[in-house]
Amino acid sequence: MAEAQSDYYVPESSQWPFTASLSIFLMFVGGALTLNGGGMGPTVLAIGALVFVFMLFGWFGNVISESEGGIYNDQVDVSFRMGMAWFIFSEVMFFAAFFGALYYVRMYAVPWLGGEGSGAATNQFLWPDFVAAWPLLQPPSTYGFSDFQETIGAWGVPFWNTLILLTSGATVTWAHWGLKKGSRQQLVLGLAATVALGALFVYFQAEEYGHAYHELGLTLNSGIYGATFFLLTGFHGFHVTMGTIMLAVILARSIKGHFTARHHFGFEAVAWYWHFVDVVWIGLFIFVYWI
Amino acid sequence: MSEAATHHDDHHGHHPSGIKRWLTTTNHKDIGTLYLIFALVMFFIGGAMAMIIRLELFQPGLQFVEPQFFNSMTTMHALVMIFGAVMPAWTGFANWMIPMMIGAPDMALPRLNNWSFWILPFAFTLLLSTLFMPGGSPAGGWTMYPPLVLQTGDAFPFLIFAVHFMGASSIAGAINVIVTVFNMRAPGMTLMKLPLFVWTWIITAFLLIASIPVLAGAVTMLLTDKFFGTAFFSAAGGGDPVMFQHIFWFFGHPEVYILILPAFGIISAIVPTFARKPLFGYSSMVYASAAIAFLSFIVWAHHMFTVGMPLAGELFFMYTTVLIAVPTGVKVFNWVATMWQSSMTFEVPMLFSLAFIVLFTIGGFSGLMLGVTPVDFQYHDTYFVVAHFHYVLVTGAVFSLMAATYFWLPKWTGHMYDETLGKWHFWLSTISVNVLFFPQHFLGLAGMPRRIPDYAVQFTDFNTMSSIGGFVFGISQILFVIVIVKCVKGGAKASDQVWEGAHGLEWTLPSPPPYHSFSVPPEPSTIEGGMR
Repeated sequence: MAEAQSDYYVPESSQWPFTASLSIFLMFVGGALTLNGGGMGPTVLAIGALVFVFMLFGWFGNVISESEGGIYNDQVDVSFRMGMAWFIFSEVMFFAAFFGALYYVRMYAVPWLGGEGSGAATNQFLWPDFVAAWPLLQPPSTYGFSDFQETIGAWGVPFWNTLILLTSGATVTWAHWGLKKGSRQQLVLGLAATVALGALFVYFQAEEYGHAYHELGLTLNSGIYGATFFLLTGFHGFHVTMGTIMLAVILARSIKGHFTARHHFGFEAVAWYWHFVDVVWIGLFIFVYWI
Repeated sequence: MSEAATHHDDHHGHHPSGIKRWLTTTNHKDIGTLYLIFALVMFFIGGAMAMIIRLELFQPGLQFVEPQFFNSMTTMHALVMIFGAVMPAWTGFANWMIPMMIGAPDMALPRLNNWSFWILPFAFTLLLSTLFMPGGSPAGGWTMYPPLVLQTGDAFPFLIFAVHFMGASSIAGAINVIVTVFNMRAPGMTLMKLPLFVWTWIITAFLLIASIPVLAGAVTMLLTDKFFGTAFFSAAGGGDPVMFQHIFWFFGHPEVYILILPAFGIISAIVPTFARKPLFGYSSMVYASAAIAFLSFIVWAHHMFTVGMPLAGELFFMYTTVLIAVPTGVKVFNWVATMWQSSMTFEVPMLFSLAFIVLFTIGGFSGLMLGVTPVDFQYHDTYFVVAHFHYVLVTGAVFSLMAATYFWLPKWTGHMYDETLGKWHFWLSTISVNVLFFPQHFLGLAGMPRRIPDYAVQFTDFNTMSSIGGFVFGISQILFVIVIVKCVKGGAKASDQVWEGAHGLEWTLPSPPPYHSFSVPPEPSTIEGGMR
């Protein structure tokens, strides 16, 4: 085969990318129909999700067996590393959009609605009684939006969640040290602890959401505070969930004896991702919960 | 489609054939071809929408289409042309050319590469299916400003998901380009030897990775505002509709450089080839591209001068905007200096490049006018803006895409294209495109608003002229397809170098090149300086 004589590794044809597109397409169509209130929506969405999961097993299974088969050379390893790093950067920019929105409403939109600045007459003509404040418990109009009594304070569960995530960052690094010095036991133990801490974080976060919805009246509908709060923490929580699943896969692979002290890109990619969700959480803790 | 297949029978045993080959391919040339064909199809779909717009505007009054459908056409034309035609075309060129230019066998992440292409047909199925939905397709403008866009009917979630999907494709494609260039260069291919097309594409890829996720965030907020009761863009809930414009244009302005930066790379390859002289000021071209990319992130609010911003904001965004003229001017002067005292010939790629330099500069100047805040107060949302961005996108991006197609078609197919037909295509396009867009400057200055299906009678003459130019331009593009099909099917044999003045690694490969470009890295001695 011509590729075999090459200095490079170029993978054979693969049906997985097309399957990925097809499954996501089905999920989008199903999701859109569901949002529009169509009857077929949830079915199409579920079929798409099933095909998507099937694809994940196929595509990653393919890559894992190639990796364990020793096909990948150092150049492929570097390509994967760079690819993952830039993917994480794109995720950073996705969160930047929501942090930017939070900054804009806190620094501009809400003060202007409260009558600050010159030229904007919204306060004067539309909502003269509106008082700018943050957290904004009382939106300018309750027509379409609801007010709420209290926000989630920084020093309760969010503080403990911060400690949980920071600790999990340490345990995953400890697992990495284990991998590098050839201690499989330390690797598995460290990863198991990280997965447990990740799951604990998600559990606490879900509890807090329940508390916000049922006791504080803080919902997605609670004006701009609820919108920024739930989308920022929600997308973060989603990423932690994904990260926990990814870590669990790496844990399972570690138990099966995958990875060597020198070759363990899969482990490192997930560790990077985990540190990324950690850093995003620090941003959330400071700008959403604390100040 | 068959050019890559027919000449490399040795590979047929290992690759699926027929439709399955195209669905599962991991080859950069196959994927490049798919991208380019997709872009061409979208160019005609978007073009058909433009024809409907020009038909309705041929004379005052409402004659052919409903106003709602007219607005759908302007919205969909923009989305299809930007995300379906120009961006995929650039990724197609990147796929075909970058591995050959840097001495690599393929792209660094071939399966991801297949995925970034095969998202697109699905994403555009989502988008174009809205044409047949209750409430019609999106009609609030491609910029999707709330609250108007929230009034879209059943099409709304399809629009949002289509944008998410094509964004994922762009990010994946951009990651692939960056990783390929940084990790797959042949030994001796140092960064400052890279052809400018590669340089401009890396910078484009940075812009994509940094800006597309922001668009994804913005449309996600639209989705939750519509369906989940959030208040991001509603003042009643403490949000702000203007905030959408800020977030959107934080993506949107880098986006316009995503559309044009690779064009700068193309022109920087073609002008030296046909001037038979090294490019003047190679390193200044690299730095100017980087400067443009940096500035593109701090100028966004010049799209919204009239929306109501503090004075300091208006001034800041005016100054940064006008500053872009400096690196852009560096580029135009470098191209002109390359031609100075050279021995030029005027084959079709060169003709399109020369037209680019002149006409893109016109678009640049009208952009400068629009960048001046008080002046923009008069021009905002008029046909002057339409004329401006069509000069930079049609006679800019699209002309450079055509130049690039004529330039590399002989390399891809192994055949020379029909020079006479190509010249006809060039002259018809260049004359008609000016008849099409130049009068729109006058319409805009006289106050004709954009995105309106009807107009006051005093605008009739220029509109009729513009429509005639539009029809001729549209029909002329059929010639483009004929030239391509003829060239793929046969024609005079092209040499490896193809053009007398051509320099660079891609010209050292046979025409057409082997299925995997460089299975072993080329000798470092064959790598010339990038200034060639």
